Amino acid sequence: MTELEHRQDRAPVPKDWTYAPAPEARDIVRLEEQYGHFVGGEWLEPTETYTTISPASEEPLAQVGQATEAEVARAVQAAREAFGNGWSDVSPAERAKYLFRIARILQERSREFAVLESLNGGKPIKESRDVDLPLAAAHFFYYAGWADKLEYAFPNRRPRPIGVAGQIIPWNFPLLMLAWKIAPALAAGNTVVLKPAETTPLSALLFCDVLRQAELPAGVVNIVTGDGRTGAAIVKAEGIDKVAFTGSTEVGKAIQREVAGTGKKLTLELGGKAANIIFDDAALDQAVEGIVNGIYFNQGHVCCAGSRLLVQESIYEPVVEKLKRRLGTLRVGDPLDKNSDVGAINSKQQLEKIQELVAAGEEEGAEIYQPPCRLPEKGYWFVPTVFTNVAQSYRIAQEEIFGPVLSILTFRTPEEAVEKANNTPYGLSAGVWTEKGSRILWMAERLRAGVIWANTYNRFDPTSPFGGYKESGFGREGGRHGLAAYLQFEDGVHA
Amino acid sequence: MSRSYTHLVAQAPALPRGFELPLEPRLPRIGSVDAVALEERAGSLAKRSIKREAKVFALDLAIRMMDLTTLEGQDTPGKVAALASKAIRPDPSDANVPSVAAICVYPNLVPVAVQRVEGMGVKVASVATAFPSGQSPLEAKLDEVRWVVEHGADEVDMVIDRGAFLSGRYAKVYDEIVRVKEACGDTHLKVILEVAELGTYDNVRRASLLAIAAGADFIKTSTGKLPGAATLPVTLCMLEAIRDVHEETGRMVGMKPAGGIRQAKQAVQYLVQLHETLGVDWLTPDLYRLGASSLLNDVLMQLRKEKTGAYQSPDYFTLD
Amino acid sequence: MPDRLPVKKTYKLFIGGAFPRSESGRTYEAEGQNVARASRKDVRDAVRAARAAFPKWAGMTAYNRGQVLYRLAEMIEARAAEFAEYCSGRDEVERTIDRVVWYAGWTDKLAQVLGSSNPVAGPYFNFTVPEPTGVVATLAPDEPALLGIVTRIVPALTGGNAVVAVASEAHPLAGIELAEALATSDVPGGVANILTGYRGELAPWLAAHMDVNAIDVGAANGDAPDLERAAAANVKRVVHGHADTQSPWEVAAFLELKTVWHPVGQ
Repeated sequence: MTELEHRQDRAPVPKDWTYAPAPEARDIVRLEEQYGHFVGGEWLEPTETYTTISPASEEPLAQVGQATEAEVARAVQAAREAFGNGWSDVSPAERAKYLFRIARILQERSREFAVLESLNGGKPIKESRDVDLPLAAAHFFYYAGWADKLEYAFPNRRPRPIGVAGQIIPWNFPLLMLAWKIAPALAAGNTVVLKPAETTPLSALLFCDVLRQAELPAGVVNIVTGDGRTGAAIVKAEGIDKVAFTGSTEVGKAIQREVAGTGKKLTLELGGKAANIIFDDAALDQAVEGIVNGIYFNQGHVCCAGSRLLVQESIYEPVVEKLKRRLGTLRVGDPLDKNSDVGAINSKQQLEKIQELVAAGEEEGAEIYQPPCRLPEKGYWFVPTVFTNVAQSYRIAQEEIFGPVLSILTFRTPEEAVEKANNTPYGLSAGVWTEKGSRILWMAERLRAGVIWANTYNRFDPTSPFGGYKESGFGREGGRHGLAAYLQFEDGVHA
Repeated sequence: MSRSYTHLVAQAPALPRGFELPLEPRLPRIGSVDAVALEERAGSLAKRSIKREAKVFALDLAIRMMDLTTLEGQDTPGKVAALASKAIRPDPSDANVPSVAAICVYPNLVPVAVQRVEGMGVKVASVATAFPSGQSPLEAKLDEVRWVVEHGADEVDMVIDRGAFLSGRYAKVYDEIVRVKEACGDTHLKVILEVAELGTYDNVRRASLLAIAAGADFIKTSTGKLPGAATLPVTLCMLEAIRDVHEETGRMVGMKPAGGIRQAKQAVQYLVQLHETLGVDWLTPDLYRLGASSLLNDVLMQLRKEKTGAYQSPDYFTLD
Repeated sequence: MPDRLPVKKTYKLFIGGAFPRSESGRTYEAEGQNVARASRKDVRDAVRAARAAFPKWAGMTAYNRGQVLYRLAEMIEARAAEFAEYCSGRDEVERTIDRVVWYAGWTDKLAQVLGSSNPVAGPYFNFTVPEPTGVVATLAPDEPALLGIVTRIVPALTGGNAVVAVASEAHPLAGIELAEALATSDVPGGVANILTGYRGELAPWLAAHMDVNAIDVGAANGDAPDLERAAAANVKRVVHGHADTQSPWEVAAFLELKTVWHPVGQ
C-alpha cells in the first residue's frame, strides 16, 4: 500500500469503500393474496393451492393454484374454443397488432415486472431489468411482425397454425421463457395453455393483466399454475396439438415418451453442460468477463451456462488467477439491490442439488475455491464457486449443476479442445475465445452445439435461433426458425 | 538507464515491432483487447447505484483526486491564481470539503502556480513536451521538462509521440519517455497517450505497457484538446494494463483519465470502475487522478445536495 | 438342362462399405431368394460404421457431396435394367434416378435456403447454418421397393448425415442392388449402410441405440409409438417420412441449426 496523501488540515483517505444498499422500490408491485387460474379470460377459483415464496428471504408472497387435471381440461377446452371460434378468423394483420400491443405494455410496465421477477425468482434486479424484461418485450415485438408474413417465411409451404399449444416453462427466466413460448405460438395463429414453473408463477399471472389491457380475445392464452403434475396433465390432455417444453433433460425424455404415438407435435429445450474454451491468444480480461457471465449470470440457472471451462494449458495460471480475483468482486446479495451481481438460488430443492454436486466434486478430488463472501442468513444462497483439478470423468464435469459452479479443465491443442467439448450427451451451446478468425470458424464447425458464442457468451436475441443438439433437445426458439415449431405445412413435413 | 524504476520492468533497450518482450523480470503479455466486451464491462460497471454515504465518500474522494486544470491560450497569472484558490478551498462555505490533488497548468504559469499553492498541500502539475501534439525535437522537449522541474513543478504531464507510435517506431516512443523520465528526476511523470489518436484499444494497451516499461509513474488518457478524450472503456483498458503489470511485477502505476469528465455522476462511475478493477489500494490520489476543468463545481453541488437534501443551483458555487 | 448354369448372387448386408453376411448366420427368403437376416449385432456394427464415416461425409464440401450423389445417380442409371427387375419397372427406376439428381443439386443450396443471417440488436454478427444431425436410422417402406428406400435415404445423405437403413422386408432386393450402386459410386464406405431382415426385429434396436441421432419411423409396422418411446432415451429426432416425396424440408428434418455469434468491433 502506497502512503496516503497526508495534509495537515484533513484526515487521510479511508481505505475501504462499502456501497450503501440501493434497493429497487418494491411497492411498484401489488400482490394479491391468492391467484386462480386464468382460463377463457376469467380467473378460475383454484381447488387446491400452495404458497409461493421469495427465495431470497423465504417470505411467503401469495397463494397460487395447483391445477388439477379437471382444471387443465377446462383451460384446454377454453383454448380449443378460442381457436375454433374466432381466433383463427382474426386476420393475420390484426393478430400482429395484438402482439405489438403486448410488447408495448410490457415495455410500459417493465419495472413492475422486473421487481416481481426478482422478488419471486431471486435473480438480481439488474438482470431482470436489463435482460429479462427488454428481451421479453422484444420477443413479442419481433414475432408480431411475422404474424402476417408467414408465407414469406415458408414459401411454397402454405403454413397453417397447429391448434392448441401446451407450453411448460422453467423457473430461470419466467417471463422471458413465457415470451419465447407465447409470442411465436400466437404469431402463427395458435392458442395456448401455459404453465409457469412451480416456484415462479407470479410474473405469468401478472402477464394475464397485460392480456386484459391488450384486449386479447378470451381463451387465446390460458395460464394454469402448479407443479409437475399439472405439467403432466397438459402433456396428456386430449385437446393439445403441440407440446413445447423447456426444462430438464430428464423431464423432457418423459414428455417425449408420453407424446409418443399421439401425433402431438413436440419441441424440447433441455439441459446443457457447455464448454467455454479459452485459447492462449484470447483477449484475457474480456475472456474472464465472458467466463463470469457464462456461469454466474442468473446464479448459473441457465441451461446454456458455460459450466465447463476449458483453458489452454499455456495460460492456465493467469486465467485462474484473474478469475479468482474477479470472483472476489462479485456482489452476492439481495436480488432487489441494484448492485447485486448474484442473487438467491431459486429454491431449497435446487440449493440442495447444488450442494450435493459440490460435495461430490470435493469428494472426487477437485480443488474448490470460493471467494470470501457473507451470505444473508435467511433464504437460499450459494457462493460463486470454482473447481480446479477437475477430471473429465468427475460428476461436476458431466452433470448439469444449474448453479454458480464452474469446473475448470485444460487442453493443449484445438483438436483436444473440440474432443473434450463434445464429449457429453448434451449439445446446447459452447464458447470459444481466440483472436484468430480462422480458428473460431474451425471450432464453430466442429462443436456439436446449437449456439456457439465466439468471443462473447450468453447473448440472446429474438432474431437468433436457440436450441440444442443431442440430449439438449430439438426444435428452435427465436428467429424465423422458431416459427416452424408452431406451424403445420401442406407438404406434411415437420421441419 | 540506471534509474531504479527500470529494475522492475523489462530492460528493453529497444522494443522492436512486435514487442519482443518479455525479458525477466518481465512485462505482462501484450495480448489484445476485445472492444465489444470491454465496452460492455465498462457499461455494466457504470450502472452501479452509489447512494448516500457511499456517494459522499466518492464525491469527497473525487475532489481529493482531482487535477484541476486550465490549459488555454488565454491563461493568465490572474486566472491561475484564482484556480489555485479554488483548488485549496473548493467550497469556502464548507471547511470539510478537501483540497484538490493538484492544479495543472502550462509551463509558463508554473512559477505563479507554485507560489500560490505553496504549503497548502496542493501540487503543481505542468504539461510539457510540446503539449498537446508532441511534434517537436526531443531536445526541445527535454529542455521544457527541465525548465518546469526547475521552477518547482511536482508533476510533469508529457505527451507521447503518436506519429512515431502509429508508424511502428515504438523504440522512439520508448526512448523519449525514458529521457523525459531522466529529466524529471524525482518529479512524478504522467504519460499522456492521447487515446483518441491511437484508434484501437489494442493500441491503447500497447501504448500503456510501453509507457509503463519506460518509467511512467502514471498513465493518462488524453490532452483534453481533442474530442473523444477519456471514456470509461478506454480507462478500463488502461486499468487492466496497470493491473497486469502489478500482477507480473508488483509495481503500482497510477492512472489519470482526463478530458470530458464534467459531471459528478461520471466521476463516481470512474471511481467505481477503479474500485472494482484495481481494488481499494488504488483509491488514493497517489495512484489515481481525475483531470478536469469543469467537474469540480458539479461535484460540490452534489456533495451539498447529499448534505442538505436539496437540489442545488450553480449560482451558489464560485466560478474560478 | 441349360447350356450354362448362371452364377447366382449371394444377397448380403452392406456395412461400412463391405458386404458381410449377417453375423447371425441367418437368412430369410424374400422374392425367391435367400436374403441376409440382420441381427441386433449387425445393427450395432452398422451404427458403428456410420458413426465412423460421419465426420468425413459431413466435412466434405457441399459441392463435393453433390457430385458424389450425382455419381450415385450415374451408377443407378448404368444398372437401370437390373434395377428395373427389382422394382415396379423402368418408370420407377427413372423416377428414382431423377430424385437422386434432384437432391444432388440441393447440397450446396440448403444453407442458403434454410440458414439465415440474424439482425440481432447489438454489436454482433450472427448467423445460422444447417448441419447434419449425425447418424440417422431409417426404415424403408415396403413399396415402392426402390424409390421408397431412395426417398428415405437420400435426403438424409444430402444433408451430410450417415445412414443405417433397413430395406423393405418384402422386397429387399432393390435395396441390395442399391447397396451395390452405392459401393461403386464415390459415397464413402459407412456413410450409407443397408440391412435386410425383419423390420420389427431390427427397428427397436435402432430406436433404442444411444448413438443414433434421428430415426425415421414413417414405415414402421405399427410399433411406431413403441419406437418413439424408445427414441426418447437419448432425445432422438423422430421423423415420419413419406414413401414418395421430395422436398428440401425432407432434408431439413435431419438437420440441426447452429447459430454463431461474434462481436463486431475495432
